[in-house]
Amino acid sequence: MSLLHIAILAPLFYAILTGIIGIKLKGIHTGWLVLPVPTVIFGFFLSMIPIVQQGNGGLHELPWIPSLGINFSVYLDGLSLLFSLLISGIGMLVVLYSIYYLDKKREAVHRFYVYLLIFMGAMLGVVLSDNMMVLYGFWELTSISSFLLIAFWYNRERSRYGALKSMLITVFGGLAMFTGFLMLSAMAGSLSVREVIAQTGEIVGEPLFLPAMILILLGAFTKSAQFPFHIWLPDAMEAPTPVSAYLHSATMVKAGIYLVARFSPVFAGQPEWFWLVSGAGLCTLIYGSVRAMKQTDLKALLAFSTISQLGLIMSLFGLGSASAFFTGSADALFYTKATTAAVFHLINHATFKGALFMVVGIVDHETGTRDLRRLGGLMALMPITFTIAVIGAFSMAGLPPFNGFLSKEMFFTAVLQAAKMDFWNVQTWGVLIPVIAWIASIFTFVYSMILVFKTFLGKGKPEALEKTPHEAPMGLLISPVILASLVVVFGFFPNLLSYSLIEPAMAAVLPNMLSSGEQFDVHITFWHGWNAEIFMTLGVILIGILIFLIFNKYRLLNSPWTERFTLNRLYDKGLAGYEKGSSKVTKSYMTGSIRHYVIYIFAAFVLLLTYAIVDSGGVKIDTSGFAPVSFYEMVIIISMIGSVLVLPFVKNRLIAIIITGMSGYMVTLFFVLFRAPDLALTQMIVETVSVMLFLLCFYHLPKLRKEMVPLRFKWTNAIISIAAGAVVTLLALGASSDRLFASISDYYIKESYNLAGGKNIVNVILVDFRGFDTMLEIMVLGIAAFGIYALIKIDSGDEIIGLG
Amino acid sequence: MELYMALTIGVLFAVGVYLILSKSLLRIILGTSLVTHAIHLLLLTTARLKTGAAPLLGEKAESYVDPLPQALILTSIVISFGVTSFFFVLAYKAYQRLGTDDMEELRGREDE
Repeated sequence: MSLLHIAILAPLFYAILTGIIGIKLKGIHTGWLVLPVPTVIFGFFLSMIPIVQQGNGGLHELPWIPSLGINFSVYLDGLSLLFSLLISGIGMLVVLYSIYYLDKKREAVHRFYVYLLIFMGAMLGVVLSDNMMVLYGFWELTSISSFLLIAFWYNRERSRYGALKSMLITVFGGLAMFTGFLMLSAMAGSLSVREVIAQTGEIVGEPLFLPAMILILLGAFTKSAQFPFHIWLPDAMEAPTPVSAYLHSATMVKAGIYLVARFSPVFAGQPEWFWLVSGAGLCTLIYGSVRAMKQTDLKALLAFSTISQLGLIMSLFGLGSASAFFTGSADALFYTKATTAAVFHLINHATFKGALFMVVGIVDHETGTRDLRRLGGLMALMPITFTIAVIGAFSMAGLPPFNGFLSKEMFFTAVLQAAKMDFWNVQTWGVLIPVIAWIASIFTFVYSMILVFKTFLGKGKPEALEKTPHEAPMGLLISPVILASLVVVFGFFPNLLSYSLIEPAMAAVLPNMLSSGEQFDVHITFWHGWNAEIFMTLGVILIGILIFLIFNKYRLLNSPWTERFTLNRLYDKGLAGYEKGSSKVTKSYMTGSIRHYVIYIFAAFVLLLTYAIVDSGGVKIDTSGFAPVSFYEMVIIISMIGSVLVLPFVKNRLIAIIITGMSGYMVTLFFVLFRAPDLALTQMIVETVSVMLFLLCFYHLPKLRKEMVPLRFKWTNAIISIAAGAVVTLLALGASSDRLFASISDYYIKESYNLAGGKNIVNVILVDFRGFDTMLEIMVLGIAAFGIYALIKIDSGDEIIGLG
Repeated sequence: MELYMALTIGVLFAVGVYLILSKSLLRIILGTSLVTHAIHLLLLTTARLKTGAAPLLGEKAESYVDPLPQALILTSIVISFGVTSFFFVLAYKAYQRLGTDDMEELRGREDE
């Protein structure tokens, strides 16, 4: 067990502790007890930066199920370190924020922190695990804890709806990913991610390679809310704001991005990977930015903006994967710029989006609403919150001097590079990449401005608000202030990050790019001259301002046609249809009629046996060993068949009972003829008693109103019963024709007297050779007797439940 | 002989199944006893209906018929008798309580 294991497991164990202590300690806000956990973990991961820069984060194994190759092995490299720092760092700030956000008297805060700690541990587990099964386990744990956190206010209907939706979608993707992992491990022969990466060369051509890629991407896309699986994220905004800030902007939704980055060394260099990842990313980018513009709820706006930014990061990882195509040549490093941008923007997005969510939380907390139509003019009332919002939103829009500007410039560089690629059919569609990116950036600019200007500027509407707005308490402001200052610091000094975090992360995403000792060039310059990117940014600002002004007046793009087709409706209708359909299917065959079920059983019996007979080349009938036909036997057979065939047409019950009894006596006669005296005796007695029983009950039946109702002949019944009879006939013939080996009965005949001292062989078998059967058969009779006794003894006056 | 026996078994089975598919509980029980007969005869037939003495060593014959299926059938007769009688009393009780022996009327309720 290494420190890394402890870092993963500590939050999980602490969650148990919190559950107990949180209830006991009423005086203190549980959050204060929780705060040290992410702080210590954050400190630990900070101290790991120099070690990881040297390139030896190290692999630590902890055997779990070694016989299946499942070990709790953790591996720390640049990528997992980056994510671990994000998770623990933002976790720390979110816990601090939530202490002031959640009222310990009105909310079940200990429950909140238990879920949050489980989530934190699970998320650390996802990014640090090297074993794919363990990774999957933690992955599902993040889905479950996210489900619990979204439905934190479980008495609200919308919360439960959002939680269920996110659960269904992310677990769907999680299971797809699990299948992909199984395929990968089947190809590579190992569950370790590092060993799979090491074997990339051998598994590329395998038939399971592409399915594994698609399934793993399905997991990544659902988790990271990529189009069209993004629909759960806006509904997840029913969660408390600290949860939205933590899970649904900074960490969990980046798990999919982590997955893409982690498996890039395996799949990069494939055109399918390039197109799927960049395509999904670009679609999500533009779709999210358009939808974000139209929201009136602040959190919904931020949700769509998160979707859009995640698409941006995803597309950058896709574009960066092109560099693997050139492994070894000078062009390779040219395309790694996209990966640099992806990693950089990943950090930036976590900072500014966390800050923005917290700002929205503060606005909600202090005014009682998040509705843009009721907000306005808060600038003078909440100056600090306003400042943070401006920093965050301007960074999101990509304006200088904030960090978003730098990553946006790098994004433009990457898309312009990608458009110039001349392989994988990029030349046909590649032109679209920078165009989409540019248009999406304009929309991003617009919604960022809406966020700031509609909330904080303009005329206030105090009469529309539930509370009198005022500045938030200091405690609520600490976390967003820290995040906003990070936005500014990374904006002015981006190279703080470049060799400490970005370069090691890139080395993990693109491990084969460099020979040992080399480093990626990730020097990020604030000003890079009058190039195309700058003009694109200027264009974004100009057109963005224009659209913002027009949008204000005409509510452009808000026409009904955009509302008509939404994926939410598809999801809701689909789910309802699914339920209705399955209920219809179930009702169509679960009719409650015994007759139908018996028909299914016999039809299946007939069909399966017929298939088996046909498949095995038919029944071979070999009459050579058959016994000769005697006169008496023929007489009985004819009378048996004759009497039984009358039975279906007999209307009178009494006659039916007597005919059935007759057939029983004829079976007795068969036993006599085929030299089975004991059977004949038993059969005769049993038949007599049965017929007596039948007649007794028949006599006692209260009324016989159905007796004279004419029998209806049913063709389906007839066909099925004839088919069943035919199959049994064939079976009887086949079985008596083919004898594979001699019977063991010679042994009984020989040894019956010698060993058991009896001359009646059947009786000796029953009580001596196979006495065990007889004992249990006695038990059956005993149970039947007791059952009948109990049935008769039930007082018939009793009310039967459900039949009143 | 086996050929004719196989036919008899088939007819017994077919009529038994037809009765089991009918509406009336009594006819269903009669159907099961026909199917039981068919199965017993099937057991006997598949062991070959060779002529030989009854499986009693006192006969001192050259060959005996196979005793093993007879033991199996004997066990089966007793078990099916137990089950049939229980089934019959159950049907009788159901009739007494519910006033019908029509299987279509004995369905579960819709909302279950």
